[in-house]
Amino acid sequence: MTGRPIIEIENLSHTYMKGTPMEHVALKGANLYAEEGECIAIIGHTGSGKSTLIQHFNGLMRPESGKVIIDGEDLSKKKVDLKTLRQKVGLVFQNPEDQIFEKLIGDDIAYGPFKLGLPIKEVRERVKWAMDVVGLDFEEIKDRQTFALSGGQKRKVALAGILALKPKILVLDEPTAGLDPKSRKELLDKIKRLNKDEKLTVVFVSHNMEEVAMLADRVYVMAGGTDVLTGTPKEIFTDKEKLQHHQIGTPETVQVLYKLTDLGYQVNTEAFSVLEAAEEIMKVLAGKKEGSEHVQRI
Amino acid sequence: MEPIIRLENVSFSYKINEKTKVSVLKNISFSIFPGEYVAIIGHNGSGKSTLSKHLNGILTPDSGDVWVHGHNTKDVNKKRSIRQAVGTVFQHPDNQIVATIVEEDVAFGLENIGVPREEMKKRVDEALNVVKMSPFRHRPPHHLSGGQKQRVAIAGVLAMKPDCIVFDEATSMLDSFGRKEVLQVMRKMNNMGMTIITVTHHMSEAAEADRIIVIEGGQIVMDGPPREIFKHKLELENLQLEVPSVSQMAEVIHSQFNTFSKDIIQENEFIEEVEKFHKEEVGT
Repeated sequence: MTGRPIIEIENLSHTYMKGTPMEHVALKGANLYAEEGECIAIIGHTGSGKSTLIQHFNGLMRPESGKVIIDGEDLSKKKVDLKTLRQKVGLVFQNPEDQIFEKLIGDDIAYGPFKLGLPIKEVRERVKWAMDVVGLDFEEIKDRQTFALSGGQKRKVALAGILALKPKILVLDEPTAGLDPKSRKELLDKIKRLNKDEKLTVVFVSHNMEEVAMLADRVYVMAGGTDVLTGTPKEIFTDKEKLQHHQIGTPETVQVLYKLTDLGYQVNTEAFSVLEAAEEIMKVLAGKKEGSEHVQRI
Repeated sequence: MEPIIRLENVSFSYKINEKTKVSVLKNISFSIFPGEYVAIIGHNGSGKSTLSKHLNGILTPDSGDVWVHGHNTKDVNKKRSIRQAVGTVFQHPDNQIVATIVEEDVAFGLENIGVPREEMKKRVDEALNVVKMSPFRHRPPHHLSGGQKQRVAIAGVLAMKPDCIVFDEATSMLDSFGRKEVLQVMRKMNNMGMTIITVTHHMSEAAEADRIIVIEGGQIVMDGPPREIFKHKLELENLQLEVPSVSQMAEVIHSQFNTFSKDIIQENEFIEEVEKFHKEEVGT
């Protein structure tokens, strides 16, 4: 993290179909702040305003009231250079099939860089790189038809198409929904590496708490169109009362630890990974065996 | 016992261009019996979604046959009774919800098949009751949470009184609360005698079933109760799958404390094992 703000959202509101009987308030004074190179997770229920919020990042929606500043550019101005903005902010939607339209996979991923007017050799390089990042084999897959892909593969193709634009900010709506465990782990590792090594700013919406715990530097919890809670994953997942109040789940491992604390076991609920959680439990089990041979093995 | 669904040497391929076909299902045979709760798992592109679409004739095999209550899914005249016997709940409830009011949505399928009004009312009431959505019956579905919407979609299928429901990754877009709600409904319907088939990427969800079928490269590579399947940790990892996180935790603890069972697949079992282990050690 450089300390330089890259996303600044203040007091943002949005109402769908204003002035009609179908009027629906989606955002009500929402705030979000991200520094360059940060990885931010947004969590919250369906209808809490997450998707409306992230559609403001690349100018798909313009601020009705409140402030949206992306990389120094104020999006509430009348004239905004949308082409540059959308090159800077890559958005991957929740339903990948919404953003795949070419017949062949390679062509679909190449569409963005091609439209940027890059030389064909560079386009090819970028497509190859992007496919490698998401774990698709370039030679094997590039000439396949997009409709014959499984749901998980479509998600990877959509993400590769965005990565090929080399954005500064990557925005992902449910990046791993529908992926098998191995693909999920690989993709998360890749995103993490892009975030850490290439200083790519990442904002992602997720309902998968394992993923939030593993990836995010900071978490925003949305409810009723505004941000109600923010902090590191540790701060969020250890605040049991607030979790229950906002009906936020925890990673499966933490859930087990909470159940054990309810039963009176003194385990530290800050352990997210399988190994950390297991070690926490072993400490308790070993504590009861003080002086036994097992203690020294811990 | 007669199977509800029987697959016999089913093969299916997608045509990707004039010359090439990608073979997705290769000579698959198995049967689903009344009252079973079956999870189908496999990595992305293994063929499990294509397989689930064969179970009520959304897709029909290139070669081989699928029989539902003895009717071949290729028999166009039997399509309606096959779809009525085996319903599907899809990944996105938004794609499945059509009406603007919850109870009207649940009644939609019944109107289509001309169920009399009194009977319709009864069935809608029952279905909403099972999924615990009765208090929301007069609400518009688009303001509901993901889990609530998915329960409305389930009620719509349930009202048709199928013998079997196929859940095609029906929880993958839900948060852990929504997932729990839907899992409870699945278990409840199974206890009521309904056959449940669920396609999932969540191993903790597959652990809830009575039987797991593992698909790889369009073929069945494992078929058995969850406790047996999850003993094959390495094979599952090679198939790009995993064992539930409580099983992983139990294994780590077992490697240190060998009396702590590693044969654990569900959260409550894990908690019980910790309690049991703890008590025994206090006693000594």
